[in-house]
Amino acid sequence: MAGLATSFGSGAMTNSFAELAHSKCLFVIGSNTTVAHPMVGMRLIEGRRNGGRLIVADPRRTALAKLADIHLRLRPGTDVPLINGLMHIICEHGWQNSNFISTRTENFEELHDSLRQWTPKYVADVTGVPQDMLLRAAELYARSEASAIVYCLGITQHRCGVNNVRSLANLAMLCGQVGRAYTGVNPLRGQNNVQGACDMGGLPNYYPGYQKVEDCAARAKFEAAWGCTLPARNGLTTIEMMHALHDGHIKAMIIMGENPVVSDPDAGHAAEALSRAEFLLCLDIFPTPTTELAHMVLPGASFAESEGTFTNSERRVQRVRQAIPPLAGRTNSQIIAALSRRLGHVMPNDEPCDIFDEMCALTPIMAGMSHARLDTQSLCWPCPHQEHPGTPILHQTGFTRGRGLFAAIPHVPPAELPDEEYPFLLSTGMRHAHYLTGTMTRRCGILERELPELTADIAPADARRLNIREGARMRLTSRRGSIVSRMHITDSVPEGVIFAPLHFAEAMVNLLTCPALDPVSKTPEYKISAIRLEKV
Amino acid sequence: MDIRHTATTCPYCGCGCGLTLETSQGRILRTSPTPHSPVNEGRLCIKGWNVHDFVQHADRLRKPLLRTGSQWQNLDWDNALDIAAARLAHIRDTYGPDSIGVLTSARCTNEENYLLQKFTRCALRTNNIDHCARL
Repeated sequence: MAGLATSFGSGAMTNSFAELAHSKCLFVIGSNTTVAHPMVGMRLIEGRRNGGRLIVADPRRTALAKLADIHLRLRPGTDVPLINGLMHIICEHGWQNSNFISTRTENFEELHDSLRQWTPKYVADVTGVPQDMLLRAAELYARSEASAIVYCLGITQHRCGVNNVRSLANLAMLCGQVGRAYTGVNPLRGQNNVQGACDMGGLPNYYPGYQKVEDCAARAKFEAAWGCTLPARNGLTTIEMMHALHDGHIKAMIIMGENPVVSDPDAGHAAEALSRAEFLLCLDIFPTPTTELAHMVLPGASFAESEGTFTNSERRVQRVRQAIPPLAGRTNSQIIAALSRRLGHVMPNDEPCDIFDEMCALTPIMAGMSHARLDTQSLCWPCPHQEHPGTPILHQTGFTRGRGLFAAIPHVPPAELPDEEYPFLLSTGMRHAHYLTGTMTRRCGILERELPELTADIAPADARRLNIREGARMRLTSRRGSIVSRMHITDSVPEGVIFAPLHFAEAMVNLLTCPALDPVSKTPEYKISAIRLEKV
Repeated sequence: MDIRHTATTCPYCGCGCGLTLETSQGRILRTSPTPHSPVNEGRLCIKGWNVHDFVQHADRLRKPLLRTGSQWQNLDWDNALDIAAARLAHIRDTYGPDSIGVLTSARCTNEENYLLQKFTRCALRTNNIDHCARL
C-alpha cells in the first residue's frame, strides 16, 4: 500500500476485476492467481481467450505461467532489475508515452537517468531471463492498446516490497497504461477485508478514509465527532508492537481475529513476545496457537452471524448478512461496544447499519454509501455523494496526489540468500485447497481430504542429487527454526528453490522465515529465506 | 421445513465472491454462488463451496474463557467483560495508554473494524492499532 500511495496518492487497485477480461496485455507478477484469487484467475484466463496476451513473471512455473505467452522466470528477489530492464528497453526503442509523461507525471528525469545502467545484457545476468524475452515482454506491454499489471504478495513480501511496487507504478506511468479502462496497477488483496480494514483506519497512522492522525485538522474533526481528546502521535505497526512487547514497553494486547503466532515471520519470536504480555485478550471464533497464549478468550461471531460490509480488492463495498444468530450469543460489535462502555467511552451506535452511517459521515471517499444503497448494488469507492455511481477506475483525469510521481528505484538484494550452510532458497505461499494459517479451511472435511499435511516442492535435479523420493519426509532448517515436511518433486520450482505453503499449524513454515522487513511498509520478507534439507 | 436463503459475501480471499447460505432452524445446510454477483457471476472456488463447514464446526468457541493457572474457566459475558475492562483500565492507567496494542482484523467487517479502531483511540487512548495487511 505504501508504494502505490507514494506514486499515485492511493494504495488501492486502480481498476476492476471485470476489466481484466478485456485487456490487450496482462502482465502478472508475483501472483499465483488461479490458486490465491481463483475468480481473478478466471478473468485472466477469460482475457487470454478473448485474445489478450499474457505475460507472467514468476520464478515458479505456476498454472497461469503455463498458459502465458511469455513466462519470465526470474530469479527470486530480482523484480526491480527486471522492471528497470523492461523500462530501459522501452526508452531505447522510444515506446514510452511522452504525452502521458509530460501531462500527468513528474520527476521523469530521475527515473530516466537511473535506467541507463540496466542494459538487457546486465538485466539478463541478474535476473536469469534471456534478452529476447525481455524485449518481447517490453514491446508487448508498452505497445498494446490497453495493458494491465496484476500483482500480489510475491511483489510485496520482500524487504524491498515498496521498491517493487514503485517500479511497477513507474512502468505503468512510463507507458501511460493507467487511468483508463482495462489498464492499471492492480494489487490483489490476500484477505476478504484487508482493503476495508485499511479504509476503516485499522492503521497506526490513519483515521478512516486515509485521514492522517498527525494532521491537526483531521484529528480535530474526529475529536469533535467522537467527543473525546485523541492521541496525536502515530502508533506502532504489528511487527513493532511485537518488538515492544518483547522489550516490555507494551504490557497488554487485544487481538481480534488474527493469528500472529502462525502468520508472523520468525513465528517463534511472536510467540515469545506475546507470552510476555501482562494481559493478552483474544477475540476469535476458534482456538488457535495465539489464543493458547491468551489470558482471556472471547468467542467471536463468524461472517455468517454478522451484519455489515466487506470491501474487496477492487474497492467494492459489498453487504455481509446474518444467516444464523451468533453461536456464542453476541455480535463482535456488541462485544467491542460493551468493552468501550466499561472503559469509560460510551458508543452511541452498536448496530451495524448505524455504525456504517456514522463512519460514512466522517469518511469522504464513502460519503455516498449506506446499507440501504448497498442492498441493491455494490459500490466501489470513491463514492462521495448519494447519487454517485462509485468509481471502478481511479486516476482517470489526474492522480489522487495530482501528478504521478516517478522515482529511481535501486536494487536491494534479499536479506538472506543461500550459502554453503543453508544452500536452498525457501519461498512460501498457498495451495488451492487451503487458506492462510488454515484455521478455517482445515476444519472443512473436503478441503482437509484434498491436502491433509505439509508438502514442500523441490526441483527434480535437486531431488536426484539429494536422493529424495516423491513423498519422502525431510527436515527443513533455517537459522531460526526447523520443521519436517513431505517433499513433492516438481519442475514448477527452479533448481535451488523450495516452495512450502503456510497453512499447517503443526508444521509452521513461518518458524523458518526471515524477519527482514521493508523499511517503509514493515512488510516481512516471507518470499526468501535460506534453508538446508536433511533426512529425518 | 422452513428454508431461508441469505445472500452474503465470502470470508476468504480479496475477490469477495457473492455467496448464498441456505439455512433452516439456525443451521446452514449448504453454500452456493450468488448468480448476480458481479465478482463471481455464479462461480465459486473449492473453498467457497465448503465455507459452511467451518462456521458450524464443533471446535467453535462458545463461552468466554479465563485462564486460571494452567486451566481455562468458563465465564458468562458480563463477568468476562468486567474482568477484561478492569485489567485493561489498570494497565492503561498504570503504564500509560501506549502500553496497550491492538490488532484488528482483515477478516472482520468494516463496521467491526471501524468500531475497534474507535475503541482503541477513544477508550484506550492510543494509536497502537494495526492488522495483517502488511503480512
